[in-house]
Amino acid sequence: MPSTYFDYSATTPVDPRVAKVMMNYLTLDGVFGNPASRSHSYGWEAEAAIEKARKQVADLLNCDPREIVWTSGATESDNLCLKGTAHFYHKKGKHIITSKIEHKAILDTCRQLEREGYEVTYLDPSSEGIITPDQVAAAIREDTILVSLMHVNNEIGVITDIKAIGEVTSAAKVVFHVDAAQSPCKAEIDLQDMKVDLMSFSAHKAYGPKGIGVAFVRRKPRARLEAQMHGGGHERGMRSGTLPTHQIVGMGEAFAIAKQEMAADLKKMTKLRDRFWNEIKDMEEIYLNGSMEQRVPHNLNVSFNYIEGESLMMSLKDMAVSSGSACTSISLEPSYVLRALGRNDELAHSSIRFTFGRYTTEAEVDQAVKDIKVAVNKLRELSPLWDMYKDGVDISAIEWAAH
Amino acid sequence: MAYSDKVINHYEHPRNVGKLDTDSAKVGTGMVGAPACGDVMRLQIEVSEGGIIEDAKFKTYGCGSAIASSSLATEWLKGKNLEEASKIKNTEIVEELALPPVKIHCSVLAEDAIKAAIDDYKKKQGSAPAQAEAAG
Repeated sequence: MPSTYFDYSATTPVDPRVAKVMMNYLTLDGVFGNPASRSHSYGWEAEAAIEKARKQVADLLNCDPREIVWTSGATESDNLCLKGTAHFYHKKGKHIITSKIEHKAILDTCRQLEREGYEVTYLDPSSEGIITPDQVAAAIREDTILVSLMHVNNEIGVITDIKAIGEVTSAAKVVFHVDAAQSPCKAEIDLQDMKVDLMSFSAHKAYGPKGIGVAFVRRKPRARLEAQMHGGGHERGMRSGTLPTHQIVGMGEAFAIAKQEMAADLKKMTKLRDRFWNEIKDMEEIYLNGSMEQRVPHNLNVSFNYIEGESLMMSLKDMAVSSGSACTSISLEPSYVLRALGRNDELAHSSIRFTFGRYTTEAEVDQAVKDIKVAVNKLRELSPLWDMYKDGVDISAIEWAAH
Repeated sequence: MAYSDKVINHYEHPRNVGKLDTDSAKVGTGMVGAPACGDVMRLQIEVSEGGIIEDAKFKTYGCGSAIASSSLATEWLKGKNLEEASKIKNTEIVEELALPPVKIHCSVLAEDAIKAAIDDYKKKQGSAPAQAEAAG
């Protein structure tokens, strides 16, 4: 029996309606032409399909289709927006502001920019995972050229108030980039209303295919970028490379569906999330990571104290979930996001992220709750830390020999 | 990551889970690891007057491989004398459980736990501690 999928924040299955559209853009009897070909109908038809998809994406975000640049995904968009802005404005200043809970696509790009001589300020989130406009305002300096913050956190699902932060960056004339990889279908975006200059998206987090994404690049006021990929001058010179028509129509269709169905999806997610959380929240020593109020409805990141996350996942073998603790890596470091929230090592090591989606059912949630209760009880029976907790021993007061 | 059948077997049916009387002179307790590192093992032995390990118990906070390593260690300890027990090597645990390289530290921790339990027992008996080999 395949395990039940509770990892929609990692990726989503392609919606069958999306896959069906994509299939028309691959074979000889379909629209397979190079959209850059100007001399025949194969090219024109492909170009028309691309422009339709561009409009579908722009419609969801409430922006101009000419502000949409196709990329291979949010990681590439993040790289293009951060490096492209930094390289364009390097004479104006070399200071960048981001946060400690960004995705690695931002953090690793910032590390690279630091190696190139830029200075990066990493803001600390609150214990709820929130970065405030005041924090951003306080961190902006004379030489600040760019602020990059995520809209929805991938691990804890907390939503950043990018509308309010956009007012701060706009007043200070600093470029504002938002990594919105996790947002479509889950959090509202209105680019007429939000003063965001650059935004990154992936199709595969919103029931589209992997390998395609978008960088939103604002026209008014114009966001300036230095291209990172050079070639045929596609996408108004910002990102060269033959456009993958089938991927692009897939992303367009996925975002069009998201626009139509988001309200219903959100309602369903909230219902499933509440059903799940209400069943487990009264268990002893469990902690929700991140704000419950300022959060997308499909994410529950929970720490089961005194149990190690990887062994819990091993017990939940009929569920596909992910652990905040990257225990399978050599470093054995627990989640840097949870550490940034101030969670102690035990809690950071014991976290599991459950994310629901369009195809999650109530029966799956009910089964998951049952399995979790059994697994947690079993592993606590095995845990010397649970014993000590029950005996009233203060675990944090013990001097452990690190190994 | 894929686990070996033996790890899964020990994880699903852990042997000798429990706690012996820490205060008993016949019991040696070894507690190794740290919550910060994601592994804590408590391994205990109960030694007969003839110096034979009659019972062994464990509880482990950690990944499946850590639980399996300590479960296996308790199985191997029972019936051994202290000298034999102190010779159990982490490499034997690695081999028996087919642990991948990233999980070797779990076996090292189990070996440390055995040594710590033996030392604790000997201390209680008033004799010099066994020479623990540097590991970890």
